Amino acid sequence: MPPVFVIARLTIQEASRRRLLLALLILTLLVVGFSAWGFNKITTMTRDDGTPIPPDQVAFITSQLLIVVTFMFSGVLALSAAVVAGPLISGEVESGLLLSILARPVRRSEIVIGKWLGLGALVALYAAGAGGAELAAVDWATGYLPPHPDQLLVYVGLEGLILLSLGLLLSTRLSGITAGVIALVSWLVGWIAGVVGDIGTGLQNEALRNVGLISHLVLPSDGLWRGAVYAMEPDTFIAAMRALGPAASANPFAATDPPPLTFLLWVVVWFVLVLSLSVASFRRREI
Amino acid sequence: MRVAEVAEKTEAAVSPEGAAAGSPAIQTVDLTKRFSKTIALAGLTMTVPRGEVFGFLGPNGAGKTTAVKLLLGLLSPTSGQGSLLGRPLGDLEARRRIGYLPELFRYQGWLSAAEVVALHCELAPIPRSSWKDEIRSVLETVGLADRAGDRVTTFSKGMQQRLGLGAALVGEPELVFLDEPTSALDPVGRHDVREIIRGLASRGTAVFLNSHLLSEVEQVCDRVAVVDHGRVIASGTMDELLSGKSVRIRATGLNQADKNKLASYGHIDDEGDQLTFASLDVERVPEIVATIVSMGGRVYEVAPRHQTLEDRFLQLLEDEEK
Repeated sequence: MPPVFVIARLTIQEASRRRLLLALLILTLLVVGFSAWGFNKITTMTRDDGTPIPPDQVAFITSQLLIVVTFMFSGVLALSAAVVAGPLISGEVESGLLLSILARPVRRSEIVIGKWLGLGALVALYAAGAGGAELAAVDWATGYLPPHPDQLLVYVGLEGLILLSLGLLLSTRLSGITAGVIALVSWLVGWIAGVVGDIGTGLQNEALRNVGLISHLVLPSDGLWRGAVYAMEPDTFIAAMRALGPAASANPFAATDPPPLTFLLWVVVWFVLVLSLSVASFRRREI
Repeated sequence: MRVAEVAEKTEAAVSPEGAAAGSPAIQTVDLTKRFSKTIALAGLTMTVPRGEVFGFLGPNGAGKTTAVKLLLGLLSPTSGQGSLLGRPLGDLEARRRIGYLPELFRYQGWLSAAEVVALHCELAPIPRSSWKDEIRSVLETVGLADRAGDRVTTFSKGMQQRLGLGAALVGEPELVFLDEPTSALDPVGRHDVREIIRGLASRGTAVFLNSHLLSEVEQVCDRVAVVDHGRVIASGTMDELLSGKSVRIRATGLNQADKNKLASYGHIDDEGDQLTFASLDVERVPEIVATIVSMGGRVYEVAPRHQTLEDRFLQLLEDEEK
């Protein structure tokens, strides 16, 4: 097996043997079970006259609540990716774990890419598995499924991969805790900058709108979150938002348009750039 | 170490043509490493032939580990050049044929000992068909055969160092770097390591032994270099290095002024009533005894002896301080 896949396998093996996967599985089952119970309560809501609320209102409330739950889920995923990626390289350099491996015929690029592939596979698997379970639970509880569940999972998974890549880049130079904290704060700042950009769009203020644009280029996590939101919104909701005009944009939990293709292409370029930088940085690091 | 080795030989060794089996195990010319204002290694020039057990001695912080990391390509030199097995430093091909036990040894705690060795078999790489035999053989060599299936996290430090040594032996390397290989071992473990080093030497593997444990180096090394403050201060075969003789005299009744006068006979290792004169010609023993007696001292024992590596090491470091 080429060294890059050996390192990827080792990363997955470590997460599994250290019971990270088991912990995530148990927590996810608890959250999914609890949210299924909560969503089910929506269907039992009644009007003032005691009659059940109509199905379209159930679907609307569910869609809005699902956006909030997904925001928390994507936040936890991004947060976990950043925290796990932070010490991915630096932790092993500091402990000496990488010394004997680097003395083998293994390129440093293979270490970086291998670790990214291993953790990236876990992030993708978790996004698909846990996200899919949550959607299935909501469907069971309310009969509602967002219009584009596949796109939703892809966007949420990509958001996790963005934070993983940023954490890994920082990990080639900084200590684990510093890299993790910087990645985490960057994610939060990126989200706030996205909100500022939305407000700029709503107020038609060019400077504020540029804050959002630039933040989406530097760290595309918020731009991908908007893609996830769009994938969850029913068509009727999108039409109503569009009817409100630019003012409707000033809402971080709503999206009137899907992410443009140019943005998605930029995300691909962003991944290539950040991974290349990570490799270059680790190559130059003295161990 | 053969200091002042011919630079042109290194040029040839670093080139691809120099990768022939006849090229030295290690060759460096003026290898220097500077960390901002600190010189960690200053112009290391040496040749270690294949099959030789080479001791790299020095006090803590002398630059020993820096030298090993430079040779393995973990650090990049500020200037100078070198080769391992005829290939430039950091070359992947050379790394297929070397083993390394780091000073800071740490292995995947979530793997078993056999899995750690298997990982090194895979990265070395050696054919999968021979992994099973290799794992068994290596773990037997380092005395961990009965713990093969246990997680590394349950191992003591000494056992982890044994495991690290085992990992370094994977694939019958042509050159093995051992950086303080007995730092966590008990006397039995140290004896075992010496036996392993002798075994490696007998099958023609070159060993680069980084250590500050003089007895260890003295017992197994063919040649030695002493490094301090990043510079090699002495080198040669054990016989060359320990050519001098010392004389130990046990005497009472001498004050500090008397001892200062006796220093004219050569360097004194003063341990109270016991004075060891380094590099003292045995012919001068009657004279020095007469001097002590004339000072009012009472001589109880005079013992000429061969200089130990420890005597020579301390003497070299003391000379260096002056």
